[in-house]
Amino acid sequence: MKTLSTAMLLTASLGLSACSGGLFNQNDRLGTGGAGTGIDNTPVTTGALAPNSVAYFNQTIGDRVLFAVDTSTLTDVGRATLAQQASWLNTNTSFTAIIEGHADEQGTREYNLALGARRAAAVRDYLVSQGVADGRMRTVTFGKERPIEVCSTEACYSKNRRAVTVIGAGATS
Amino acid sequence: MSCDFANMTPTSRKLPNEIDACGGALQFWDAVKGYPYMKRFFVVLTLVMASVWASVAAAQEPLRIELDNPNIEPLPFAAPNFVAETAGADQFAADLARVVAADLSNSGLFREIPKEAFISNITSFDSPVQFADWKAINAQALVTGSVSTAGDNQIVVKFRLFDVFSEQQLGEGLQFVGSTDGWRRMAHKVADAVYSRITGEGGYFDSRVVYVSESGPKNARAKRIAIMDYDGENNQFLTTDQSIVLAPRFSPNGNRVIYTSYETGFPKIYVLDVGTVSRQVLQDQPGTMSFAPRFAPDGQSVVYSLTTGSNTDLYKMSIAGGAPAQLTSDPTIETAPSFSPDGSRIVFESDRSGTQQLYVMGANGGEATRISFGQGRYGTPVWSPRGDLIAFTKQNRGRFHIGVMNTDGSGERLLTASFLDEGPTWSPNGRVIMFTRETSGEGGSSTLHSVDISGRNLRAVRQGGSDPSWSPLLK
Repeated sequence: MKTLSTAMLLTASLGLSACSGGLFNQNDRLGTGGAGTGIDNTPVTTGALAPNSVAYFNQTIGDRVLFAVDTSTLTDVGRATLAQQASWLNTNTSFTAIIEGHADEQGTREYNLALGARRAAAVRDYLVSQGVADGRMRTVTFGKERPIEVCSTEACYSKNRRAVTVIGAGATS
Repeated sequence: MSCDFANMTPTSRKLPNEIDACGGALQFWDAVKGYPYMKRFFVVLTLVMASVWASVAAAQEPLRIELDNPNIEPLPFAAPNFVAETAGADQFAADLARVVAADLSNSGLFREIPKEAFISNITSFDSPVQFADWKAINAQALVTGSVSTAGDNQIVVKFRLFDVFSEQQLGEGLQFVGSTDGWRRMAHKVADAVYSRITGEGGYFDSRVVYVSESGPKNARAKRIAIMDYDGENNQFLTTDQSIVLAPRFSPNGNRVIYTSYETGFPKIYVLDVGTVSRQVLQDQPGTMSFAPRFAPDGQSVVYSLTTGSNTDLYKMSIAGGAPAQLTSDPTIETAPSFSPDGSRIVFESDRSGTQQLYVMGANGGEATRISFGQGRYGTPVWSPRGDLIAFTKQNRGRFHIGVMNTDGSGERLLTASFLDEGPTWSPNGRVIMFTRETSGEGGSSTLHSVDISGRNLRAVRQGGSDPSWSPLLK
């Protein structure tokens, strides 16, 4: 009730100051935000992610591995990450995965598509070698179409040369 | 495909003309009068004037631009407003002359003499030309024209080309009849005729470019297939921006476009009918990805890259469907295939040597011959429509170039250099190359550029565009 009344007070004061600007929208937005604050406090105080959650896979294990220029060879760091990814997938067998291969912008469009496919396949093959069923995974290449970093220096390129394991919610049999 | 525009869906946004689709490109005007499809664009050729000059002209040094001359000076020309012969044609009279002049000037081969310099004007299309007035301002070529409106939203455009200093008409007068919304095409046809008569080679102005229109931030770029006139006008979108689309390519007659789309979440090849904007997936083998498609010169088959697992090879399949034929079977990357204009050979890129290089093989696969041996990496080869050259993208020491080489790899010439140039496409006459230039950094964006194969006349054509494909000359 404390949270709710705070939200109502905020609503009231802001609503007054924005008298010409759509009271209904102000109410709606602040009401949602107020309620959300109360709920969002819980995970912050409890800390660690549940080991079987997709968030744990993405953040604690790491959903991506990086590659050197114009290569699809897994690095030692990459293999360590993938070993943990495989372990997670072998534990959480109801999930599927799409493995996206990406390239940095230094290359022609078609070649980068083929290079991204190589990177995605390298990850898939490694996960299969660690016991993950081939049929749970699909690979896709985005070439240089979807950089995550937008600068044109190695600092960004090194993060864009990646393969990302995207966990799907859909269960497999 | 239908000639009846009324059948089209509202989203199809008919192009101002659909000549190929309906057949009958060039017809004499008398035969066309009363033709049922009056709304269609007709290009009608008639003799405006009997060619009494032809034999006389032979005695003079002809007005000529040699395109292979490395030291071309732009030829000065005058293109006064066309003569409006009916009420309501005034705007067309000015606009037609403006587009003709822009086409010729943009080619880099001609230099327009500004109207302010004119001593006299053309007020009657059929009166004798006062050559002294045009010589005085050093107009070596003079383009005169007339335009009249006709019923049913038609206009009739006539033009003549004069060699001012020899006081001769150059070639016959021509007349074009078309719908008012196709007026730009008539201007392009006039400019093509002028270009052709003075260079002795085919023109390229009455043509279109299909490309990828880009918007939004670099890490979430929205892409749509779009089509425009060669000069960037009459832009129309052929797809929405809901999924990534890449590298559209015209069919040989310009009626269809083949491209790569992620609409299933995975790259697949689609064929799109330009007139109806209906599309269908061409290649949908489960668990594979396909991209980099290009038509064979006969328009019946398509060559493309297919990725299975980590490996990308070249395949060919009929546009009508059926089993694909595998053209390469190497563990390396084989992509970016392009047919020779006679359909007998395919040039492509492969990293089988360790880096991206260009190779030529027969149209059904087999042994391939490496043709690129310079420093750096070579990709996206495209065979010229004249058959004499191959355009390519080259990466060397952190820079990108568009270049051309002979089909055996000799005579390499780099035409451009920048942070990122790629994806050349040829003008219908094989004299100009359009390509993508991308700028660097967070605000980096793509712009379509063109450059002559001489390396001169680099021009920005359209901002927010990539992956151009130039159509054949329209009929």
